[in-house]
Amino acid sequence: MRTTLKKVWRRGDVFIWLSGAGLSLSLIMTAGLLFSIFTNAAKFFWPNAVAAFSVEEGRNLLGQITGEEAIPDPENPKAPPKYRIQLNQGNRDIYGVDFLWLGREAIQSSHYPEGAVVLERREWGNFYGFIREVRDQGKIIASGPEKGLAAVHELLPASHAIFDRINRIAKKDIGAINHYLEDNRLELKALAAEGITSGKKVTGLEAENEQLQKQYQELEAALSRLRKTGTAEVLLETADGQNKILPLTMIVRAYAPNTFGFLDKVGFFFAKIWEFIWDEPRESNTEGGVFPAIFGTVMMVLIMSFLATPLGVLAAFYLREYAKQGPMVSAVRIAVNNLAGVPSIVFGVFGVGFFIYFIGGSIDQFFFSEALPTPTFGTGGILWASLTMALLTVPVVIVSTEEGLASVPKGIREASLALGATKFETTWRVVIPAVMPSILTGLILAMARAAGEVAPLMITGVVKLAPSLPLDGIWPFIHLERKFMHLGFHIYDVGFQSPNVDAARPMVFTTTLLLIVIVLLLNFSAILLRNRLRKKLAVSGV
Amino acid sequence: MAEIKLKAQQSDVSAYPQKTATEQAMTPKIKDHPALPGLENPMVEIENLDFYYGGKKALNNISMIIPRHKVTAFIGPSGCGKSTLLRCLNRMNDLVESARMEGTIRIGGVDMHTMSEDVSVLRKRVGMVFQKFNPFPKTIFENVAYGPRIHGLKGKAKLDEIVENSLKSVALWDEVKDRLHESALALSGGQQQRLCIARAIAVEPEVLLMDEPCSALDPLSTGKIEELAVGLKEKYTIVIVTHNMQQAARIADFTGFMLLGDLVEFGLTDRMFTKPGKKETEDYITGRFG
Repeated sequence: MRTTLKKVWRRGDVFIWLSGAGLSLSLIMTAGLLFSIFTNAAKFFWPNAVAAFSVEEGRNLLGQITGEEAIPDPENPKAPPKYRIQLNQGNRDIYGVDFLWLGREAIQSSHYPEGAVVLERREWGNFYGFIREVRDQGKIIASGPEKGLAAVHELLPASHAIFDRINRIAKKDIGAINHYLEDNRLELKALAAEGITSGKKVTGLEAENEQLQKQYQELEAALSRLRKTGTAEVLLETADGQNKILPLTMIVRAYAPNTFGFLDKVGFFFAKIWEFIWDEPRESNTEGGVFPAIFGTVMMVLIMSFLATPLGVLAAFYLREYAKQGPMVSAVRIAVNNLAGVPSIVFGVFGVGFFIYFIGGSIDQFFFSEALPTPTFGTGGILWASLTMALLTVPVVIVSTEEGLASVPKGIREASLALGATKFETTWRVVIPAVMPSILTGLILAMARAAGEVAPLMITGVVKLAPSLPLDGIWPFIHLERKFMHLGFHIYDVGFQSPNVDAARPMVFTTTLLLIVIVLLLNFSAILLRNRLRKKLAVSGV
Repeated sequence: MAEIKLKAQQSDVSAYPQKTATEQAMTPKIKDHPALPGLENPMVEIENLDFYYGGKKALNNISMIIPRHKVTAFIGPSGCGKSTLLRCLNRMNDLVESARMEGTIRIGGVDMHTMSEDVSVLRKRVGMVFQKFNPFPKTIFENVAYGPRIHGLKGKAKLDEIVENSLKSVALWDEVKDRLHESALALSGGQQQRLCIARAIAVEPEVLLMDEPCSALDPLSTGKIEELAVGLKEKYTIVIVTHNMQQAARIADFTGFMLLGDLVEFGLTDRMFTKPGKKETEDYITGRFG
């Protein structure tokens, strides 16, 4: 018996089993995590049926079922469990809360009414109920659930267009005017500080201001005119018979999921995904899309890459190629490796202290003193966040570049030197191309790290809701001082900072999934680039 | 003892290249060297060369003449200093941090230390082929064009011509002419080594150093490289280090036998292998040690 065991041990079967088990466990955990994120996220986009319930005391409820769980009964652990369902009844403006738990026992009857509609609104969350009438300028256009919904669908594009125009004027056009007015104000202030209060420059600026004011008033007039054009309304009735009038401009989407066929559902699913990716958030981030966060994340990662890669590569070259190898260089190398393990919040604190207060503060004093005490660069912004991230990821780039340099065969360096090339020519023409794949590997790791990191960003420039993107049509187009949104922070925000936890929960999963997809895409493009380089260099053939 | 007249030789620079080294240029010491056969046309003159790795002396007072347009082989057991001696000729030993060289080496009559502050002038004149074939991870064309480009040659037509001629001189042109722009690393070992020779001669050196060029190759490829070495001596002076005594006997006109940092014996190959002058040489050649 003992000899067989010993034989098995010596053959190494045990080791194979253990290593296989280790691998499978990691794979199962990763796949499980991804699967759970994926299903939860997909559920959010899928149109659920709207159920109507009659409960005790003749109460009628209408809403979408969002979950079911057993009610824990600590007194009687052996008794058959009782269940309760979670219902999203919407209508937050009427009922106060939109999510409620409903004991299975309390339900007397339930069905899926054909005429039930879901209205996604710009405020107050979903509305569940029945359409009674659709009116325009006081006249009834359609009545009844079916005709009413058709009329809503017909009128909705026009009111969307009105809303978009209002939005564009209020945000973009008036925003631009405000921007220029502020610029002029600061310029005048700067001139005043120099003692210039009259002259060609001042009058020019004042004339420009007047012009801008005039434009502003015109836009205001246009706005109030536009606001009056959206006159269509819909009269709705809730499940318990209350009436509600909603202007059509407040409605994002209207649909009756109980009448949906499978294809309708699929279409709806993709429409929701499209909205999620390309739209701005609504309702304190619990509804709508996350486009600003995607944009902020990608832009931050790109700026970080442009900063971290050259710095890391140069540092690695000095360490490996030029520094005299010895205890000093070893100490530096160990320090660099350990830097990668420093808690990220420490980098964030450093970023706040050094980049924002010291460098940003100095920039403000020298270049934006007229705006003080309002900080321009002396507060969190995408530049400082990217710099902090670059600092955080530079060790990764250094380590992988160094490894790449160490693996460049000595022979090809000697060959180049023996042909009369200088050390620099050798580095430039032979070593850098050969080490490029390793640099890209470092970049891939750095990008993955930067895209997923949240803690240092929270204090260096990420906000819950940024009024404008760091890249827009107003000169100088890239606004590095602006605060931005980030998917990682978005997850934290909707998951843990939202007043309406139940409404926000699906956003946690969808945003997580999106972040994973973006990291994968960034990595994938870098891997493609690396493989193309490898193929070109055929380093793998060595 | 070997604080050699570095300064004294500097005046020769202006005379180069008209000046070819002659018997008069040699110090009496070299002329009187017993192992020197008819060396009326020297390419490389080595005079009282000492070489140290840190505190360890690797070459011990070596003086010899390497004749122009001949194949000269260094043989000897491992660690005897033959590769070190070879690497002194293009100053590849500069890469070793603690290395130190004393003595004089003249290439074509000019002291190598006075050629230029920059070793690249020397290395352009003294090319090298290594033990392990080491083509760059680039295309075949780029490998050969690398040297000329480094030395400032531009223009596609000129480069094309150099690449073609170099590859033809190593008999590789017909094998690779259709895939010049494919990776050099896809070639076989023997082809890669011939490519490395082509790369070295693309910069038109005067001397070609070969550091055990066949030790990583199969017999067939070895034969081709040997043929090449013999063929190339018409244009270049070839110095080869080899473990393989038969190889030295087959291709070298002159052979130097080294032992523990000393040049024990140097002379015509035929004579060395038939009538060695020293007991150690005879012992090594007959396989009694090594």
